[in-house]
Amino acid sequence: MHFTESRDIDEAQNCEIAIYDQSTRLISCDLTPVNVPSRSWVQRGMHITHGREGSMELALSRAGLWLVALLIAVAACAAAVDTGFAIHMGIVALACIIGLVVTLRGVDLSKAILAPDQGRYDDDVIRWGVIATVFWGMAGFLAGLYIALELALPALNLGLEWTAFGRLRPLHTSAVIFAFGGNALIATSFYVVQRTCRARLAFPGLARFVFWGYQLFIVLAATGYLLGITQGKEYAEPEWYVDLWLTVVWVAYLAVFVGTIVKRTEPHIYVANWFYLSFIVTVAMLHIVNNLNWPVSFVGSRSYPIFAGVQGALVQWWYGHNAVGFFLTAGFLAMMYYFVPKQAERPVYSYRLSIIHFWALIFLYIWAGPHHLHYTALPDWAQTLGMVFSVMLWMPSWGGMINGLMTLNGAWDKVRTDPIIRMMVMALAFYGMSTFEGPMMSIKSVNSLSHYTDWTIGHVHSGALGWNGMITFAAVYYLVPRLWNRERLYSLRMVNWHFWLATVGIVFYAASMWVAGITQGLMWREYGADGYLVNSFAETVAALKPMFFLRAFGGLLYLAGAVIMTINVWRTILGHMREEAPMRDAAYDPEKDRPILTAPAAA
Amino acid sequence: MSTHSTYDLLRHLADSWGLVVMTGIFLGLCLWPFRPGAKPLNREVANSIFKDETDV
Repeated sequence: MHFTESRDIDEAQNCEIAIYDQSTRLISCDLTPVNVPSRSWVQRGMHITHGREGSMELALSRAGLWLVALLIAVAACAAAVDTGFAIHMGIVALACIIGLVVTLRGVDLSKAILAPDQGRYDDDVIRWGVIATVFWGMAGFLAGLYIALELALPALNLGLEWTAFGRLRPLHTSAVIFAFGGNALIATSFYVVQRTCRARLAFPGLARFVFWGYQLFIVLAATGYLLGITQGKEYAEPEWYVDLWLTVVWVAYLAVFVGTIVKRTEPHIYVANWFYLSFIVTVAMLHIVNNLNWPVSFVGSRSYPIFAGVQGALVQWWYGHNAVGFFLTAGFLAMMYYFVPKQAERPVYSYRLSIIHFWALIFLYIWAGPHHLHYTALPDWAQTLGMVFSVMLWMPSWGGMINGLMTLNGAWDKVRTDPIIRMMVMALAFYGMSTFEGPMMSIKSVNSLSHYTDWTIGHVHSGALGWNGMITFAAVYYLVPRLWNRERLYSLRMVNWHFWLATVGIVFYAASMWVAGITQGLMWREYGADGYLVNSFAETVAALKPMFFLRAFGGLLYLAGAVIMTINVWRTILGHMREEAPMRDAAYDPEKDRPILTAPAAA
Repeated sequence: MSTHSTYDLLRHLADSWGLVVMTGIFLGLCLWPFRPGAKPLNREVANSIFKDETDV
């Protein structure tokens, strides 16, 4: 039987007497009692029935908790000192009402939580996470395309504060990094930690809380940006109460992950788990230190940071760069170290190199942040330190890239025949390119040209679209047929289309931003013979306009690829399979498959 | 201890013994998988992700 748990539960609703094995798998309906394998199954089923009375009490006490949370949210909404906080507490109240209704309607979540079948992996949260990854990816890419068009055509700001570039931009960055990337990280980490530890997920209730709590964080953050609620810190825009909520969710995430490692049956802790763990622990540390704020009012959305001036700037960029280093690099490298060997069907090229890669990232990345503050009030030695550590990072990054690529050693033909492998190779290529470009841009003399220009935006997107996006798409394509028990993806050829649309989109994006950034940098620094700057700022903007259109076109292609992925994932979940020619086959023509007819040579 | 001397202490610790200790720990961790006899272990761990494809 290859039923997924959710389907079993759905089917059970049509049965009058449903008999389960240890927890969730439906063994028998009332129509087919003869099929009950043995007496013991029935007894187990009765045991579950007894358990359900217990879960009734649990449902009641849970409903009570939801009600208390709802009352607090409503009270905070009523007492709010500003509109934004009131709206946010309204959203929290709505979330409580949804939780309350779900609990009271008797949706019995307790089966997977109270009596989990330790002989099966807990994939519910992973399935939700994959769907959330695709959903938030679409939202984030669409927001990105829209703000790219706003830069090219300012009329699209619509003259409204809520749709102005300044508010939509953090919505885009947070949606792609924290919503798309974060859900991918949560889903894949729960998948990989179970498979590599050969143990069912620890604390199933907490794991479900992590997923839904994280979605609430995303909704609060996103709506906050539109309402103008922001700390004004890049990648750390959410205000104090949203930060506190994320801290709670993140500690729960750590508990589930470490709990699963602790109950592992596999003696080794595979290197992907090291990367995931470092990502979870470091992000917790960064998030707490960078968000040490004091609220103006406990029922208001404004707060002020403990650190001020250059200390505040350094803490922010220590956070900001390590968000790149540990969220967008370590976490996604964990995906790479599991999914690339699995899809290539061969072990990682060098396990020892992966360990050096790990420790070098841990010891070097944490010091690289000051390169965001070149030529500022930050002491010169700190700027140089940031630069030196950034340049040193080049080596482990390329070591990791080579390790990933060489995993395909002896199986390079898969690049031609397997579009998922092709995506992984492209992801690693972009990992290599952006980890070369980054250290180069951190060198002070290069930075004096590139900083504050669109080159930086091009660099970020070659990393984010190329590395993070491609490796996530590959992981999603790997996971969907396995999580929903499908024979294969709906269409491999659509994966191929997605690959090419995304790749060409990135080329348009990165190339146009290189040209734009260097143009901008050179125009800003151009002095005339009289010692005055030659160009006004508006003139540099006018010069970039064609590049802004090319960038938006690249974004459109990337979004089109993601639309194809959404359709493909959707149809795969529905169980459809597209009739299509295989990606590659040796040529065969039956017409030519015959002996040659000629007159005998002797005649 | 005044603020200045705290800074002074940490600053000098950071570019002397602190640096030596951190570098030592880093090199030790990197060299650890290269210790004699670790090769079969590394190979086993690298292949551990494929165990679930072969067991019954």
